[in-house]
Formats: sequence, structure tokens, C-alpha cells
Amino acid sequence: MPQLPGMIKGLGVTARIFFQTVWPDGLLKPPSPAKGAHTVQYPREKEAPPTRARGVIALHHDNCTACMLCARECPDWCIYIEGHKELAPPRRAGGKPRQKNKLDRFDIDFALCMFCGICVEVCPFEALFWSPEYEFSEPRLAELLHDKERLADWMETVPDFLEYEAGAEQKVKKVPSTS
Amino acid sequence: MTLASLFAVALDDYWVTTIFRVVIGLVAVLLPTGTLVYLFLFKMMSFMQSRLGPMEAGPFGSLQLLAEFGKFLQKEDITPAKADKWVFRLAPFVVLISTFLLVLVLPGGPDAFFVNLDVGIYFALAVSSISVIGILMAGWASASKYALLGGIRAAGQLIAYELPLVLAVLGVVIQAESLNMNTIVARQAEWEIFGFGFFGMPFIITQFVGFFIFMVAIQAELTQPPFDMPVAESELVTGYLTEYSGIRFLLFFIGEFATAAVFSAIGAVLFLGGWWIPGIDASSNLFNVIGPLILAGKMILLAFLIFWFRVTYPRFREDQLQKLAWKFLIPLALVNIFVTSVFKVVF
Repeated sequence: MPQLPGMIKGLGVTARIFFQTVWPDGLLKPPSPAKGAHTVQYPREKEAPPTRARGVIALHHDNCTACMLCARECPDWCIYIEGHKELAPPRRAGGKPRQKNKLDRFDIDFALCMFCGICVEVCPFEALFWSPEYEFSEPRLAELLHDKERLADWMETVPDFLEYEAGAEQKVKKVPSTS
Repeated sequence: MTLASLFAVALDDYWVTTIFRVVIGLVAVLLPTGTLVYLFLFKMMSFMQSRLGPMEAGPFGSLQLLAEFGKFLQKEDITPAKADKWVFRLAPFVVLISTFLLVLVLPGGPDAFFVNLDVGIYFALAVSSISVIGILMAGWASASKYALLGGIRAAGQLIAYELPLVLAVLGVVIQAESLNMNTIVARQAEWEIFGFGFFGMPFIITQFVGFFIFMVAIQAELTQPPFDMPVAESELVTGYLTEYSGIRFLLFFIGEFATAAVFSAIGAVLFLGGWWIPGIDASSNLFNVIGPLILAGKMILLAFLIFWFRVTYPRFREDQLQKLAWKFLIPLALVNIFVTSVFKVVF
């Protein structure tokens, strides 16, 4: 019976977890499973997601040039962008008016999105950000299509730029989200 | 006319007695089942996995069972188009009937029993095999390959583990010199070992090998993990339960855990002294009242072991499962019977 010690050890593990959960403060204190359990009772209490969690994608309007790179890289084709060109006043007096891309529509269909983050990575102008917010489920599938106002609202929840960990590959042109 | 005499007259009437027995029988099956499912399956299992389990329905989720019951009642009772409809619909009742018949011979006290059969334990082991027929019916009639494989696996497993179960019980029967479950309890209360008679002689002390085999065998008979090959969800969806939904699935579910309760109670009767506790004379009338509660307490103790093993161990492979029964448990049980008989003759 070479399996026997392992089987007894297994029983010990489950028993230990049981006591750790029911009596987290030791057997002499009153039992409090709510404290001992590793889980939380979700709708009542919430765990703060990690700051870099991939919850929802936020859009920083002003930085977007409607270059379509994110829409083209998206594996699910769930980003819809429309824009038009506008003339902006020249930089110097007497100069030629500048051309600017104005964003008309920027929708992300989170019913299709697989949260790969390629759009955030590929954006050369720092217009897309990850937000750790995750509670945006809807009763209707169509309402998961977030338009550009809704995507801009998520910007409030984007955490400030965090220092990279030592040895991490640095993105050269990274700019703070609040610019 | 006093209340007691009114009661006595009422009990003389056949139909009143029958209704009384049916109600007590339902309570005796459903109450322990609910207790086991809530206490162990919902709560203890959760704590062993470091979570809280159901917490919403009632204080600490104590009304969760009612919620589950309501959920199953709402669900559509689907019968597959190609199923053998009569057999399909009958199968859960066959499984449940075997459980109800098992309760029949459980003694709750010197006079608190449904029937006092002289072949009590033999009857219990015989009717427990009826559930195999129900499971085979379910597996065959579902017209699904998963259900059929699950049913056949279940039949193979239940038949394989019935042998060690019977042989383990045989050791107790040889020692107690009786098949009557009430007599077995009385023997455990009256006898003593080596002149040391305070706690009587619960057969777990002399028949510890039999107790071990019995516990392993009922774990397999109940298809509880680690012996849940018939309902192995990763290969067979849920085996013979695959096509069942709604109330019929609930009946199977109740049958599974009610049988767990009843087998634990049988184990308590055979090995832990049944309704008897040390300190009170075994023929005392008191046991007719507190006996069922004592039996329930011992039943919960054994059920705790079953569910502890259930939570701890991963599933066996089919061939390992059969090997354990035929190559280890049955020879061990035979040796146990032999040694018991020798000791019985010598002492």
C-alpha cells in the first residue's frame, strides 16, 4: 500500500483548510467563516481588481487621430471608427490652414471584444487605456456596444501611470493618461 | 377519553396506522437527506474549499434546499424523443423505492421500528440492489450513448462493490449470531470485551477491518467520489443522469443522498451500537424516544466520513476501481470472515 501515506495526508489537507476557514483566529475564538474564506460575497462586498487589470477599454478623445490602426489590428473587428477631415487655423499668422482628423464615431462592441489589448498596445497616440472597471454587463446584448462618449467616461477610472517593474520592456513614448 | 387512549384507538385502525407510517417514513427519508446535503454537501464541502457556500436563502443559506426544490419544480420535465418513455419515466421511482424500502428495517429503539424482520440486514442488502435496476433502466431508456455507458459502468461498479459490502456485514452477523438489526444492537449493548463492559461492545472494535471494507464499499455503492465513474462529467457528461431534468433529476438526487443517509445509519447500527449509548439500560423505554436521535447522531458521524472522503479524493480510473474491489476488498473481507469464525469458535 504505497498510496496510503499520501491518502492520509490528503485527508489532513482538507481538514486543515476546513478549520482554517471556520476558525481563522484559532479554535478558542468564535467561528467566523466569512473572515476565514478566501472568497468574498460578491454583490455585497467587492475585491479591488489589480491596477493593471484588463476590465474595460477607455478612450481619450483628444489624442485620437482616427488613424484606424486599432480597428485594423483588432482580431475580432469589434472597433468601429468614422471620421472626417477638418481645417484647423494655421499655427502661425499667414500660414496655410492645417488639416485635422475629427472623430465622428468610435464604438467598441464588448459583445465581440476578447480583451486581448492589441488596440491599446498598437495605438501610437496614447488614446486607448485599460481600466480595471469590470461591472458593465447589460440585460441586452446590443447595449454592450459602447459609443465614444461612454468610452470617454471610462477615462475617469483609468489609474495614473504606474512605474514599470524593474526589467520590464519599456514603451518609449508612454505618456501619462491625464494629459 | 384521554388523549393517550384516543391515540391507541386511532393506531388500531389500519388506515390511520398506514398514513402514520407513510408520514414517518417520508420524514425518516427526507429529513436526514436534507440535513446531510445542507450540512456536508453545501457547508462542509465549501469550508474545505475555503469558501462560504450558499449564504443568501435564509440565515447562513439554511433555506437553500427549499430554493433548490422550487428551482427543480419549475424546470421542464423533458423526455427525449427517442427515449423508451415508460422506462425512462419510471426509473427514478425505482431508485427511490429501494431507498424507502431500506428505511423499513432500520431500528430506532427497542420498539421503535417499522418492521422487525428476523432477516433485517439481509433484507436491507437485498433491496439496496434494486437501485441498480433503476440506474440500468435510466441508462438504457435515455437513448443516449453517455447515459448507456454511465448506466453500464454504474451496474458494473454497484455489483462489484456489493460483494465486499455483503462480506463485510457477514463478519458482524457471525459475531452477533443474528441477522435481526435490533438484536445486533442489543448484542452490542449487552456484550463486553475482556470483562470491560461499560461501553458494551460496539462491533467497530472487533470488526474494524469489516468497518473499513464497509465504508469503502458504501462509498462506491453510493457512487460518491472517488468512486463516481458512472457520472464522470469529463467523459460521460453526467452518465445515466444526462437526459434527466426537473423533478425526475431531483428524485435521482434525493435517492442518491437519501441512500447515503440510510447506509450511514445501517453502518451505525452494525458497527457503532445503533440507538444505544452507554450509561442507560438497553431495554429502557427511554430509547424509544431518544433512540432515533442517537441513531441520527451516529449516522451524521459516519456520513461525515463519507463526505470527507468525497471532498478529498480525486476520481478513480475504471480499471483501478474494479481492481480495488476484486483484488483487495473481497479477499480482505474473506480473510476477515475466516478470522472472525475462528475466534467465534475458539472463544
